[in-house]
Amino acid sequence: MSLFLRDYLTVVWFGLAAIVLAGLLLGVASVIRPSRPSAEKLLAYESGVDPVGMGWSQSQVRYYVFALLFVIFDVEAVFIFPWAAATERYGTFGLVTMLAFIVLLLDGLIYAWKRGLLRWV
Amino acid sequence: MGLVDRGRLPAPLTKLFNLGRSYSMWVYQWGLACCAIEMGAAFGSPRYDVMRLGVIPLPASPRQADLVVVSGTVTDKMAPAVKRLYEQMPEPKYVISMGSCANCGGPYWDSYSVTKGVDQIIPVDVYVPGCPPRPEALLEGIVLLQQRIKNEDMAARWRGEGFTPLQRGDAEPIVVGGGPIE
Repeated sequence: MSLFLRDYLTVVWFGLAAIVLAGLLLGVASVIRPSRPSAEKLLAYESGVDPVGMGWSQSQVRYYVFALLFVIFDVEAVFIFPWAAATERYGTFGLVTMLAFIVLLLDGLIYAWKRGLLRWV
Repeated sequence: MGLVDRGRLPAPLTKLFNLGRSYSMWVYQWGLACCAIEMGAAFGSPRYDVMRLGVIPLPASPRQADLVVVSGTVTDKMAPAVKRLYEQMPEPKYVISMGSCANCGGPYWDSYSVTKGVDQIIPVDVYVPGCPPRPEALLEGIVLLQQRIKNEDMAARWRGEGFTPLQRGDAEPIVVGGGPIE
């Protein structure tokens, strides 16, 4: 076994220990604890009032605006900052890739601007 | 049904579980009226510091609670919600009724809208009389409840039979101070 893989053996042991410990605790608890389900107990917790609808619900498709702007301004920054910190190492290839990424997002920004989404006050 | 329900647990193990249960109680707070201020003082302030008794006053929902303190006036409109939240707590569960209103209706005993005591809808383990009771009275109620849990037959509680003492003992609800509940 190579040294690289041996390092990862620790992770495997850690994962196994976590599974065994959690399984042991949950198993002991399931043997000891009382189980007395009732219709009221299994009802969704809504501070004591009747729950409305199901646990699943649809969200408005119009919220795509926030997703769009979030990707343009936040996700972009998340990718650009590490790239900017190591620009020299990535060289021309990195520059071209990042420019392609920015141009793609610019497309979204222009769309949002055209739709008037940047003016919400 | 688990091991405990069938009554096959050795007595020392029961004692051990009871000790652990009595000092790790998650308290759900139902502040319904002015007694809630005193309850907040008992649970939230460093002066009274309920956590030194092994009581954690901040579960997010009744699903995690072992004990509930009903403090304040229970109205007929609120009663179904109180009952449902009690039902939604997992066994084993305990109830402390704090203040005259929760005990028996208190000064509003003849009001058209007030439930004459929370014990009309859910079983109460400890009554803390007073209008309002001091935080010390609530803490004494919790300590008395812990003493009672240490001497409890777990199997009976698991089966949902309410408080059953291990040895001879009083199975009536506790009243802090020993007087009348109002």
